[in-house]
Amino acid sequence: MSRGNQMDDSHRRFLQALMRCGIVDERSAKQLFQRCCTVHNIPTPPRFEDFIETINSNLPIFMKIRKGMCEDSGLQHYALVNMVETEVTRMASDYTVHELEVFRKVMDLVVQSETGRAYSTDILNFTSTLTKRTKTSETEKLLNRFVRDNWLIEKRGEYCLSTRSIIEMAQYIRTMYQDQVKECCICHNIVFQGQICENPTCGIKIHLPCVARFFRGKAEPRCPACNDIWPHGIPEMGEP
Amino acid sequence: MSQKKRLANTQMSSQRKRLAGMSGSVGNEEELTFTQPSTLPELSGKQIEQKSDEVVQYILMKDQKKIPIRRADLVKHVIKEYRNGYPAIMKRVAHTFEQVFGLTLVNIDPKNQMYILLKKLEEDVECPTLGKANPKTGVLFVILSVIFMKQGVVKELLIWNVLEKLYLNSMTEHKEFGDIKKMVIDEFVRQRYLEYVRVPHTDPLEHNFLWGPRAKLEVSKAKILQFVAELHDRNPQSWKPQYKEAQNQSLVPTALGVQETAPSDHGSGRPTARMAQR
Repeated sequence: MSRGNQMDDSHRRFLQALMRCGIVDERSAKQLFQRCCTVHNIPTPPRFEDFIETINSNLPIFMKIRKGMCEDSGLQHYALVNMVETEVTRMASDYTVHELEVFRKVMDLVVQSETGRAYSTDILNFTSTLTKRTKTSETEKLLNRFVRDNWLIEKRGEYCLSTRSIIEMAQYIRTMYQDQVKECCICHNIVFQGQICENPTCGIKIHLPCVARFFRGKAEPRCPACNDIWPHGIPEMGEP
Repeated sequence: MSQKKRLANTQMSSQRKRLAGMSGSVGNEEELTFTQPSTLPELSGKQIEQKSDEVVQYILMKDQKKIPIRRADLVKHVIKEYRNGYPAIMKRVAHTFEQVFGLTLVNIDPKNQMYILLKKLEEDVECPTLGKANPKTGVLFVILSVIFMKQGVVKELLIWNVLEKLYLNSMTEHKEFGDIKKMVIDEFVRQRYLEYVRVPHTDPLEHNFLWGPRAKLEVSKAKILQFVAELHDRNPQSWKPQYKEAQNQSLVPTALGVQETAPSDHGSGRPTARMAQR
């Protein structure tokens, strides 16, 4: 069976570590990669990208290591994702059907909102309409669990999808929310939190880190799509 | 009663005929009328590949919770109509786990056919720790240490006392772990790290804790002894029986095989000829 490059223990150790934590930032991923090659005495370590590619070409068809950007920091992350489009399967083993329904609702709200964040009040209003009535405190506990397990991030009473969720469910989200979900004009990945062009005929959305990178040093920032003056403050580029 | 005997005889003779048919011996027309799984076409390589990928996915999901996977569930939920390909599928599954993930699929319960996944690679102490370590592991490790130093069996009361000394009160709700008793008696036992056995003829009912089959395969006794030795600032060899036991432990199971429990399968995980004849 031809499956790209052969895996050795350095790949397996990396994969096991990644499986244990779900998601890792790029710098830690590279440190881990170096450590794995050292432990297993790999004489000439490959390039990091080739190392990942070797693993991916050997993984069963439903699993892949995917890269994704944190919408806040702009840092790249690596996550082991399930490629099955129909379910949020990694979560499925940790949460009940009812709890997953709540999560999907949060996803709905996030996708629909311009800010890419859902108000906790909206989430609580929703859960009170569910057939299985849930107390506010139960929903709050559940939301805390989502945050603790790194599926959601909480910011001042609003919830947004974590980087892990975005990478893991990108495929699912693109399929389920085909018409509603937006692509960042600069990096072409799905975008939830970002700045929007206020030209009513344009309305493109850009990640904050992508805005920082794209408009860096430009005296007169203009929308890359419609050329209108960009109406928002340009954030500074963060430290990598 | 004689009717039952007749039925049993017919079953046995039809079984023998089936066996004869399967081995391809020259048969009469009677044998050709029996329909049986083995007359279905053999599974194509592609079908086996696809099914084994599904099994890998299922097992990985279940293993996240460390709950052993029952063969019956595997067949019911994943393999389904391809069940006559079970051996070929599982062979490929075990191979994938070894080659891609560095994990060994082990049958820990030949009677009930239950599987767990074990890591083949040595723990790397200097490895950058990613993500949060599971605090439950620490508690489990302490319990396993106590049981090991007590040579394999301890009264449950001793465990609760030890945990209480670590501010883990089994009677009250713990901030991090919640119901500690439940975690130990329910979760750790279900995960097969511990065994919780009734002590007969005790009133009120008492229980003992022992190492479970997963602990026997996953946890290094040498490391436990090392940990205890460091705590007491003593040489591990000063505990002669425990030291000997640690030296004798073999942690590398064969794929789909069984270690340190009744070895009836010799590693294949499939029913022996004796079992099949029943």
